Amino acid sequence: MRLIAENLGAERGGEPVFSGVSFELSEGDGLVVTGPNGSGKSTLLRVVAGLLPLAGGAIRLDGGGEDWPDLQAACHYLGHQNAMKTALTVEENLRFWQEFCGAPHMEIAEALEMVGLPQVASLPFGYLSTGQKRRVSIARLLVSWRPVWLLDEPTAGLDAASEKQFAALMAAHLQDDGIIVAATHIPLGLEGVKALRLEGATRC
Amino acid sequence: MLALFIRDMRLGIRAGGGALVGVLFFLAVVAVVPFGVGPDLNLLARIGPAILWIGALLASLLGLDRLFQADREDGSLDLMVLADSRHMLALTVATKCLAHWTASVLPLVIASPLLGLFMNMEPVGIAATTLTLLVGTPAIAFVGAVGAAVAVSLPRGGLLVSVLILPLAIPVLIFGVSAAYGAVADPNPFLPPFMILCALTLGFAVVGPLAAALALKFGLD
Repeated sequence: MRLIAENLGAERGGEPVFSGVSFELSEGDGLVVTGPNGSGKSTLLRVVAGLLPLAGGAIRLDGGGEDWPDLQAACHYLGHQNAMKTALTVEENLRFWQEFCGAPHMEIAEALEMVGLPQVASLPFGYLSTGQKRRVSIARLLVSWRPVWLLDEPTAGLDAASEKQFAALMAAHLQDDGIIVAATHIPLGLEGVKALRLEGATRC
Repeated sequence: MLALFIRDMRLGIRAGGGALVGVLFFLAVVAVVPFGVGPDLNLLARIGPAILWIGALLASLLGLDRLFQADREDGSLDLMVLADSRHMLALTVATKCLAHWTASVLPLVIASPLLGLFMNMEPVGIAATTLTLLVGTPAIAFVGAVGAAVAVSLPRGGLLVSVLILPLAIPVLIFGVSAAYGAVADPNPFLPPFMILCALTLGFAVVGPLAAALALKFGLD
C-alpha cells in the first residue's frame, strides 16, 4: 500500500496556502508535517482526507485492494475537535464510532487501557479534562482498524507521560504496516520518520 | 446505521437534547388558541385540524437547525463525510432525520389526540389529524435536513433554516389539513389528499437526504 501525493496545492478563500507539496509513503512510513502557524498544516491534512478540494496536483492510495478502495475509506482523521458527544459516556461514544466505522480492531476496554484511562468508561465524556478527552479521542483510532492515520496536532493538551504513551502507540501502528501523517509543532518523539516543512505563503 | 440511529436517539432524549421542548411548544401553541379565538366550541372544532397542523409544523421546525450543527462543532460531521464510501452520506443523513423525527416529532404526534380534545374535535377528526400528522411530519424532517445542511456553518442559522424550508413544507401542510378535513366534512374526500401527502413524504425522503448530503459535502471548510 502506498500513499502518493504529487504537487499538492490548496487555497483558502481564493488565497493559495501552499503549492507543490509532494510526498510518497509506503507501509510503515510516517510523515511529520511542521511549520509556523498559518502555514497550512491542517489544510494539508484536510486536503489529504478529501475534506477540502484540491487546488492542484493529485493524491491517491495505491494497492489498497478491495478493503480500502480509496484513500477516504482507509483514513482515520483526528482533527482539532474530538468528535465525541459530551452527553454520552466514553464507552457509548467509542462503541458508536466502532460500529459506525466498522473493521473492529481492539476492544473498547483494551483501547482505553492503551491510552491509560481504564477507569473512565462509564463517565460522561463532558466530565473529562482536556487531556483525558484527547486521549479518549486517540482511543477512537484504536477501536477500528484503518491503515492511514491523519493526525492534526494529536498531542494538544497531553502531558509528558501521555505524549510518550502516544508516541509508542504511533510506533506500534507503523510497525503494523500503517501509515501516519501528523501535523504538529511539538516534536512527537517518533524516530525514523520523514519530515515535511511548510514555510507558509509569503506575507506582505 | 443502527448505531447512528441509537446514538442520535440517546442524544435527543438525554438532558440538553431538546426533544421535549418541541412538545412543550406544541402544547403552548394549541393551548392558547382557545383563549385567543374565544369559547366558541363550533369554531374551535372547525379550525382544530388546522391549528394542530400549524402547531406541529412549527414545533417540528424547532431544533432542526441543530441536526448537523452539533455534529459539525464537535468534528463528528467530518468523520461522517469521510465514511462516505462505507455508509453513503445520503443514508447517514436519512438516518439522522429518522432519529430526529422519532426523538422530537413522534412525541408531538402522540400528544396530538389530547390536544385535539382541547379543540373540541370529534373522535373521527382527531383520528384523521393524528394519522395525517404521522404520515406527513417525516416529510418536514427530510426537507428540514436540506435547510439544516445549507445553514450548517451559520452560528445563528435557526430562523434561517425555518424560513428556507417553510415554502417547501407548505404543500405538506395543505394536503395534511385537507385530508384531515376530508374525514370530517362530508363532501370533501379524504383519500386523494391523504395519498398525495404519502407521496410527498416518500418523495422528500429520497430528494431531501440526497440534496442535504451534497450541501454538506460542499459546505465543509
